[in-house]
Amino acid sequence: MSAIPTAPQRDVVLRLRDIHQVYGSGDAVVHALRGIDLEIAEGDYVAIMGPSGSGKSTLMNLLGCLDVPSHGSYTLAGSDVSTLDENALARIRNRQLGFIFQSFNLVPRMSALANVELPLVYGRIGRAERRRRALDALDTVGLADRADHQPQQLSGGQQQRVAIARALVTAPTLVLADEPTGNLDSASTDEILRMFDLLARDGRTIVVITHEQHVAEQAHRVLTISDGLIVDDTVAPAVRSDRSVQ
Amino acid sequence: MSVAEMLLSALRGIASNKLRSILTLLGVMIGVASVILLLAVGNGSAQQVNNAISNLGTTTVTVRSSGGGFGGGGSSTAASGKSITRTVAEQLAAAKLGHVRSVIPEVTTSLTVSAATTSQSSITVLGTTPDYFAIGTNSVGSGSPFTDADVTTSAKVAVIGQTLASELFGGASALGQSISVDGTAFSVVGILSQQSSVGFNDPNSVVIAPISRVQDSFTGYGAVSSLTVEAIDSDAVTAAEGELTIMLNQLLGVTDTTNEPFTVVNQSSLLATAATSAASFTMLLGAVAAISLLVGGIGVTNVMLVTVTERTREIGIRKALGATRGAVLGQFLAEAASLTLLGGILGVIVAVIGAQFSLGGTQPVILPFSIPLALGVSVAIGVFFGVYPAARAARMRPIQALRSV
Repeated sequence: MSAIPTAPQRDVVLRLRDIHQVYGSGDAVVHALRGIDLEIAEGDYVAIMGPSGSGKSTLMNLLGCLDVPSHGSYTLAGSDVSTLDENALARIRNRQLGFIFQSFNLVPRMSALANVELPLVYGRIGRAERRRRALDALDTVGLADRADHQPQQLSGGQQQRVAIARALVTAPTLVLADEPTGNLDSASTDEILRMFDLLARDGRTIVVITHEQHVAEQAHRVLTISDGLIVDDTVAPAVRSDRSVQ
Repeated sequence: MSVAEMLLSALRGIASNKLRSILTLLGVMIGVASVILLLAVGNGSAQQVNNAISNLGTTTVTVRSSGGGFGGGGSSTAASGKSITRTVAEQLAAAKLGHVRSVIPEVTTSLTVSAATTSQSSITVLGTTPDYFAIGTNSVGSGSPFTDADVTTSAKVAVIGQTLASELFGGASALGQSISVDGTAFSVVGILSQQSSVGFNDPNSVVIAPISRVQDSFTGYGAVSSLTVEAIDSDAVTAAEGELTIMLNQLLGVTDTTNEPFTVVNQSSLLATAATSAASFTMLLGAVAAISLLVGGIGVTNVMLVTVTERTREIGIRKALGATRGAVLGQFLAEAASLTLLGGILGVIVAVIGAQFSLGGTQPVILPFSIPLALGVSVAIGVFFGVYPAARAARMRPIQALRSV
């Protein structure tokens, strides 16, 4: 097992200590995670790689506070979230996390603007403020002119950009992307990756789960997970297109 | 999420599957409309009965001999030979009881009445005194009533009802014409004003003649069918009833007051009986309608369950974005409640329109309280039947919800 990876000089926003995740019971028991230790610093752009069944989705769910670990502690922005109840977790997801999914997960039959406003609605932000911030976020992803379009009227790349706007609108501590380019063609993929790059330059903390090499190559740090354990942790000083990661 | 936003998003949810929402609305609408409408029909028929009874006059008391006739429930051997005759009625009138204005004897029989070309069988022939026409709505519409002198002389004159008049004489005026009652010729001196129906007999198909003449020609001089006693005003009815009972007992020589040979019925007791039966009729109709509202409510549960299943992914997305259990619960409850509220409003509109038409011979009269009641119940049903699907939605774990397709 590797040593606890430490991030250089910046504040740690996320710390996992000896995280285990066990599903099922008796003979059907599955150890999805077997002791993950991880720290991610503010402004880090991290890719998590691994074959299917390696536990990377489980890790993603834990990082996203969509699930609680069977064992271990998870500290996000200074507070231990592994012991929180459901409503507190909902609040954490709302304020600290921005999600980007493989299948975009926009709410159907709601305009792009309404979709981007949704986290602010649950965050009890006033209507005018909500609209302003949502339009700003749509502008950031270059879709201000599509604000009234419904998801089904947008291309995959556009839908994913709306999803990015939605993830950013609350100014979250951590942006989590689960195979964000998995359903996109190469042009749209490049577009989304450029956007992630810009976000990273702005100092956003980003965790991308992917099994695509060229997506992981964009990140500043690549974790490889296998059989529920982190087996490799490579920190790159800068993005190198000729660099390869095991 | 504010209430207004919740409602707005609920309406959006309803609009997202129009056909299903419309079918559910239909169920609730029919339930609400039938509750309001059937209560209105019950209420309308109750009012009809009440009107008819109050037309009889609230100042009158009816006395019937127990021995026979319509009111003769308890046959009493003690009363034999002590029946109420015209003589008794005249003595009662002569006693000048403090709370009694007039005593009107009535004899009735059913006979064939004919004019020159047509003939009607089983027509009620009523023998009475002119005071009869002063009570309630028994007024003469055209012509004039017969007089006390006609009673004294047993004159062959009659006042007839409107239906009978038109049946016998068609469009022509019946006044001054001659009619034959079971072979005896009567001259028509007056036509009754329109009477409202209270029982099985059409009160507009009647011949009213001096009591002396009717007894003379048809019924004989025995007991009268009933006495109508008019009190001086509606407050005096009870007092008049008491005086009447004591006086009649004296006149008839009754010693055992537990077995009087007559019964006294006042209109308010009739009214109370009618009101009670009308109320239970209304409740019965309401109960039937409530069942259809319940069925509509179950329809809401069904639709909400399907909606929740269909929108599992949306629930997952919302939860990932920070929706709490309460927010998801609220959203689906608001949807169910809006759905039933809309159905309720449509139901009220349908009921109000439906109440403009006469249903089964009854003009429905909408009970004012039934509208907010039906609306309130429909929303309550939405909330009640929406709780289970909404709770199921709220309980969903975000990762599982997100995984569904």
